[in-house]
Amino acid sequence: MPTVSSSDTAIEVIDLHKSYGETEAVAGLSFEVRRGEVFGLLGPNGAGKTTTVEILEGYRARTSGRVTVLGLDPEGRPRDLRERVGIVLQNSALYANLTVHEALSHFASLYPAPRNVDETIALVGLQGKEDGRSRTLSGGQRRRLDLALALIGDPDLVFLDEPTTGFDPQARRAAWETIRSLRSLGTTIVLTTHYLDEAQELADRVAIIKDGRVVAEGTPQDIGGATAHQARVSWTDEYGAKQEIETDMPTKLLHEITGTALAAGRELTGLKVSRPSLEDIYLDLTMEEPGDE
Amino acid sequence: MSNFAQQQAPHRRSAVTLAWRQYRLERKLFWRNPSAAFFNLMLPLLLLLLFGAVFAGNKKYVDVIVPGIAGMGVMASTFSALAFNLTFLREQGVLKRVRGTPMPPASYLSGLLANAVTNAVIQITVVILVARFGFGVGWPKNWIELGIFLAVGVATFGALGVAFSHAIPNFDAAPAYVNAIFLPVIFISGVFYDTQTAPAFLKEIAQILPLTHLIDGLSAAMVSGKAISTQLGSLAVLLAWGAVGGVLAVRGFSWDERGN
Ligand SMILES: Nc1ncnc2c1ncn2[C@@H]1O[C@H](COP(=O)(O)OP(=O)(O)O)[C@@H](O)[C@H]1O
Ligand SMILES: [Mg+2]
Repeated sequence: MPTVSSSDTAIEVIDLHKSYGETEAVAGLSFEVRRGEVFGLLGPNGAGKTTTVEILEGYRARTSGRVTVLGLDPEGRPRDLRERVGIVLQNSALYANLTVHEALSHFASLYPAPRNVDETIALVGLQGKEDGRSRTLSGGQRRRLDLALALIGDPDLVFLDEPTTGFDPQARRAAWETIRSLRSLGTTIVLTTHYLDEAQELADRVAIIKDGRVVAEGTPQDIGGATAHQARVSWTDEYGAKQEIETDMPTKLLHEITGTALAAGRELTGLKVSRPSLEDIYLDLTMEEPGDE
Repeated sequence: MSNFAQQQAPHRRSAVTLAWRQYRLERKLFWRNPSAAFFNLMLPLLLLLLFGAVFAGNKKYVDVIVPGIAGMGVMASTFSALAFNLTFLREQGVLKRVRGTPMPPASYLSGLLANAVTNAVIQITVVILVARFGFGVGWPKNWIELGIFLAVGVATFGALGVAFSHAIPNFDAAPAYVNAIFLPVIFISGVFYDTQTAPAFLKEIAQILPLTHLIDGLSAAMVSGKAISTQLGSLAVLLAWGAVGGVLAVRGFSWDERGN
């Protein structure tokens, strides 16, 4: 078998840079996506997510850095790669006057080994809409057709750029289900999102990016590194001031603090031991734009 | 890598097959968009019927209007339609979507061009039939000459249409941009009158424009029966425009709205 599929790595990005004139949208990104995993690029608007995935998809040329997708350099858009990659763009239209079935049949014919059209329709949950023209679909249904078009070539790797932005909660749940079933079929998925809960729900690993840099990377459970998961011991001291200490050894610290307080005969009001949630970490890391959508 | 390519190659459809599939899709979409179908096919026909009816019996004028409308039809169905459609497809992101699939770009564009050419051929056919049976104009005198001018005409105006689409900033502006070129050109190039009777300065402009030369060639083939050897100048002007259009069409081509 070819070297590409014997490797465990689906995507490798090393020190990626992309400038648009003066603005550096991607400023030294490095990450790796393993085969079969769901990898989340999480970050606020303007962080450089779309720029990054569109470089991986072969739509944009990078300024510098090394990029390998399924063992190939995407920059020349090699046909081998286009046959094995499915793409859901952040915004993109459908042929308004084609039915769901017609659109999928047409795109299926472009691939060497496509999925079955009806199976794909079922996979994204568009049953009953086969003969509806795209123009008659709701926003959520269009996005599902979008996804179906990305899956019709039976890709090894799928890029989803903000797949659920603008969805109502129910439609988001449905989309999440589809993405989970894709994962269980062994497809590698790269997904961008600015929704923390989406990354948490779907991704095996997450890179949080901001201003074109990775600020944290890991599983949703241990992202942010050890320091981000330090326990915080907080209380109100005898002068009414709030105190907070971060520690790796909360038991020892608590023993010392309570020992001192007991010896002095004082009560420690508001004594609390806590650990930051992923949300705290995310907000911490991406603070400057709290109002972003 | 090479292994992989060998393994996949037998399942790949040829570039020609994919161009054919795209062509079939474009035909389907064309007929499903009634307003586009109307403008492409009915407008030249209506104009021909209108002018023909008004000037029926005036053989000299009918001889001018028939190749004129035929030339206009070629320009409308290639130059205008492609400039318009490509702006739409680019803005909507359809081009970008196609670019993300294994479809070879040349196959895709061939499908689009072939669709435009089909419309041009349909229009010329309609014009010939209406002229023959509606206004008693004879069958074209020289079919080969007609074929040559039609082929060069669609190639030239097709290339110019693709090239012009790069100059149109967005789809809302497309009708204004396209008509700003199309309307003056059809008037100056003598779709509705014999350019020999026009004022001198218009005549000079007309001599530069490709449509004038397409109409001259079509007139020779359809009406006067002048041999192609007398039309080489017109052919040369058309080909020159086609070459410039072709270079600009390829050079400036963008699949993405923002030109990434
Ligand atoms: N084609 C482009 N030309 C110029 N600037 C761009 C272009 N695309 C993106 N940018 C800029 O690059 C930065 C990152 O954008 P983008 O990759 O779209 O971020 P995200 O997808 O995370 O919202 C933004 O500041 C954006 O304005
Ligand atoms: Mg984006």
